[in-house]
Amino acid sequence: MKKVHVTTNVNGDQVEFLADPRETLLDCLRNHLDLTGTKEGCGTGDCGACSVTLDGTLVCSCLVLGVEAEGKKIETIEGMASDGELHPLQRKFIEHAALQCGFCTPGILVAAKSLLDTNPDPSESEIRFWLAGNLCRCTGYDKIVRAVQDAAAEMRGAA
Amino acid sequence: MAKDEITKGYRLVGTRPNRPDGLDKVTGRARYGADFSLPGMLWAAVVRSPHAHAKIKRIDASKALALDGVKAVVTRADLPTGLEGEDLNLQENTLAGEKALYDGHAVAAVAATSQLLAQDAARLIEVEYEVLPHVTDVDEAMKPGAPVIREGAADYSVPEGMHPNVVRHMEFGHGDVEAGFAAADIVREGTYKTEATHQGYIEPHACVGQMGEDGRGEMWVCTQGHWYIRRMSAAVLGIEAANLRVTPSEIGGGFGGKTTIFMEPLTLALSKKAGGRPVKLVMSRAEVLRATGPTASASMDVKIGMKKDGTVTAGQVMFRMQGGAFVGMSPIGEALPCAFACYDIPALKHEAVEVLANRPKAAAYRAPGSPMAAFAVESLMDEMCRELHLDPIEVRLKNAAKEGTKSSYGPIYNRIGLVETLEAAKAHPNYAIRLGPNQGRGVASGFWFNHGGETSVSLAIGEDGTVQVSIGTPDIGGSRASIALMTAETIGIPYENVRVNVVETGALGVNEPTHGSRATFASGKAAVEAARQAIAEMCRRAAAEWEIEPEAVEWKDGAAQPAGPNAGKFPPMTIAEIGAKMGGTGGPISGHHETNAGGVGASFGTHVVDVEVDPETGRTTVLRYLVVQDAGTAIHPAYVEGQYQGGAAQGIGWALNEEYVYGSDGRLQNTVFLDYRIPVASDLPMIDTVIVEVPNPGHPYGVRGVGETGITPPLPALAAAIAEATGARLRSLPMSPPKVLAAIKAKRQA
Amino acid sequence: MARVHLWSSLRRFADGQEMVEVEAATVGQMFDALARAYPGLAPAIAAGLSVAVDGEVIANSRSAPVRPDSEVFLLQRLKGG
Repeated sequence: MKKVHVTTNVNGDQVEFLADPRETLLDCLRNHLDLTGTKEGCGTGDCGACSVTLDGTLVCSCLVLGVEAEGKKIETIEGMASDGELHPLQRKFIEHAALQCGFCTPGILVAAKSLLDTNPDPSESEIRFWLAGNLCRCTGYDKIVRAVQDAAAEMRGAA
Repeated sequence: MAKDEITKGYRLVGTRPNRPDGLDKVTGRARYGADFSLPGMLWAAVVRSPHAHAKIKRIDASKALALDGVKAVVTRADLPTGLEGEDLNLQENTLAGEKALYDGHAVAAVAATSQLLAQDAARLIEVEYEVLPHVTDVDEAMKPGAPVIREGAADYSVPEGMHPNVVRHMEFGHGDVEAGFAAADIVREGTYKTEATHQGYIEPHACVGQMGEDGRGEMWVCTQGHWYIRRMSAAVLGIEAANLRVTPSEIGGGFGGKTTIFMEPLTLALSKKAGGRPVKLVMSRAEVLRATGPTASASMDVKIGMKKDGTVTAGQVMFRMQGGAFVGMSPIGEALPCAFACYDIPALKHEAVEVLANRPKAAAYRAPGSPMAAFAVESLMDEMCRELHLDPIEVRLKNAAKEGTKSSYGPIYNRIGLVETLEAAKAHPNYAIRLGPNQGRGVASGFWFNHGGETSVSLAIGEDGTVQVSIGTPDIGGSRASIALMTAETIGIPYENVRVNVVETGALGVNEPTHGSRATFASGKAAVEAARQAIAEMCRRAAAEWEIEPEAVEWKDGAAQPAGPNAGKFPPMTIAEIGAKMGGTGGPISGHHETNAGGVGASFGTHVVDVEVDPETGRTTVLRYLVVQDAGTAIHPAYVEGQYQGGAAQGIGWALNEEYVYGSDGRLQNTVFLDYRIPVASDLPMIDTVIVEVPNPGHPYGVRGVGETGITPPLPALAAAIAEATGARLRSLPMSPPKVLAAIKAKRQA
Repeated sequence: MARVHLWSSLRRFADGQEMVEVEAATVGQMFDALARAYPGLAPAIAAGLSVAVDGEVIANSRSAPVRPDSEVFLLQRLKGG
């Protein structure tokens, strides 16, 4: 199939790539832009490992076509730390041992940041339901929820 | 080190520093299986059987090969013949031969210049099948009329007269079971079933392989054990192991499912046919569910005799398990010894058969066999406790195995911590909380052997006194941190001064995978031995410098020191000073340790769960959950807790939701995470943990493996809790809402 | 002589005995002696067995020592997840 030229913005940088119209945004990020921090766990929008934001909206990048990224703003895990400083969520995930294998971690961090951007003081239940679309098979979620709570508290304190 | 030498008061062991690979894993930089690429790389796709059982009459790849950009196709005809035993099983599973044995069985593979093209090409490969009758249920597969899956597959152990699908048999026990039942006040029996579940790691299998015409190859693969990948791939392809270099990626979960090969050798076979271009193969989730893992399904009869005071007088089990269409894949050999491992019972009889079925080749899954066995035995124990109005923890304490108990499978236990976990569970505030209507509490204990195994570790001192440790067990849940802690503790240097690297097959002797709860135990033990070797050498270097006997030098706080006033007066020589000078004092300083690690400490745990069951829908909500488990010594307690919590979550999934659903056509019906539903964050409460520490005398820091036992108790504990909440006892997993609702309705009608 | 306990389904290869005695200083020698004395056990040994020697489970080591008064239990080769 003839490829389509796509111009988009990823983590603040303007980028271009040629996409087969059947390729997902996830495929394009990973295989055309070498941004492999975003993971594929299912390809059907069930696991959330491929979470990114598209014009500020949290999406599963496996359910978005690459060509749909034209003219949009995309944020991925690679853009989460700024100026060499980790986002509080990233720091708290390490401190709380909120990851074991780490494969779901980028998607969970992107999703958790999206939660805290809209709700700086989520309850445990709100965190659990927000992250219900991000599967983790290692941790049982306990330490993940605690890390998000702790990061939220720190961010509220700092604000 | 004898156990009485184990003392607390470590400097680093037992602390919770940040893991060394944490930064890479929160920034997306850590490279997992599918993240690796090479110049000139091709992509592969696999053609899979849509039938549960079918003769393969013809494979025609001409249309696929005619596509521009398609570089190679391989079928079984491209693989060597004459393999035997498990090697043949592995080859048969990598690519089907005369028959496809399950829905999803690989039949052919193709390599092309892009992933989409490879997938297009796979659809153009024509396979002609003659569909055969199939069977997927373990009990059905043993019935007289069941289709025979592999003629003559039974091994030496099967007595004559059994169905040809029965391929292994095992039996053992001790004492007089009939006398034991006669001495009991009540004797009860039950039949229990568990469905197959998948390990459910979030990272699908992925591999990049490259092999030239000379048969030399390289692989980059996500695996729990790259030496296993090397040996198995070499066997399937008929090449020499030393010609294959295997580098492990970071691994996105394994739980036993990544201790073997499924499609990895295909990358090498395709690469060789495509002129040596590297080939990448990444499974889809549907391929993972249809054709990798899962665990066995089981049908189990249990009989227990108990006195009115809770003393168990005798026990008997008959387990039937299927592990797919391949001999030796069901965990009967583990399930039977686990069945009564928690108890000291005078008379026991264990029997099991393995049965073939048209299902994928099962792989190990966290404490293989133990969760099923516990579901059967612990459930019946609980039923009898309730009938006799006895507290389930008291009954377990009364019968608990301890140091000196002759275990259910023969050997005498050394120091074990089951009683301590029961006492801690009893004392925990969760056990005293009063329950409301439609709520119930369940208790169960669990066991896993733990494993040491083949281990090779190398350690080298840097010129600045920092230390690098090379290990061969991939880090799945923070084992780099625990091994760095033990190494730094032993040498007496900061945690941050130790870097632990997981290295490729060319860099160390053979290592078994990260399996059997062995990484922190075995690689840690070997790292400590290697560190001690390097310390001895550093003491020799200092002695030479000071011109005193090496025996007059001791190692303390990261430095060589004179061992006493008679040794002479010298200021301590630090590891940094020794490292800086080592080029001129004899060359590089390193330590190695190669072993088949013994001294594992058996692992026991006790769980307490509270649930609420909605009587209108049958849905179970887990209100609170407590895991108590003996860690020996918790090197990095946060990651020990993580193992407890993760094991419990997987067990909860197995108990309540997860199952392989086969249609009458023999096809797997639930091949995506939407339908194969693992627990999500909103399904679970916080999971409380208590780390019991009964140090293992077989490890320098007292470590017992902690990875596996946690998946075992949730199955029976949840069945007990649901029984208390509803009055209905479920003896078949999963206890999904429709099944619980049906059980509640049946109870009401009765 | 070390006492080696056989699980029930192995006993028919050893004239029905639950326990047999063999002269061996290591696990490997014990396997070899068993296979010599009871050729019917050879396939089981070749397929891979674990043992417990005086309470210690030895998954796979021919060199592990066996004492003259040791009590040995044969187990199926153990695997982990």
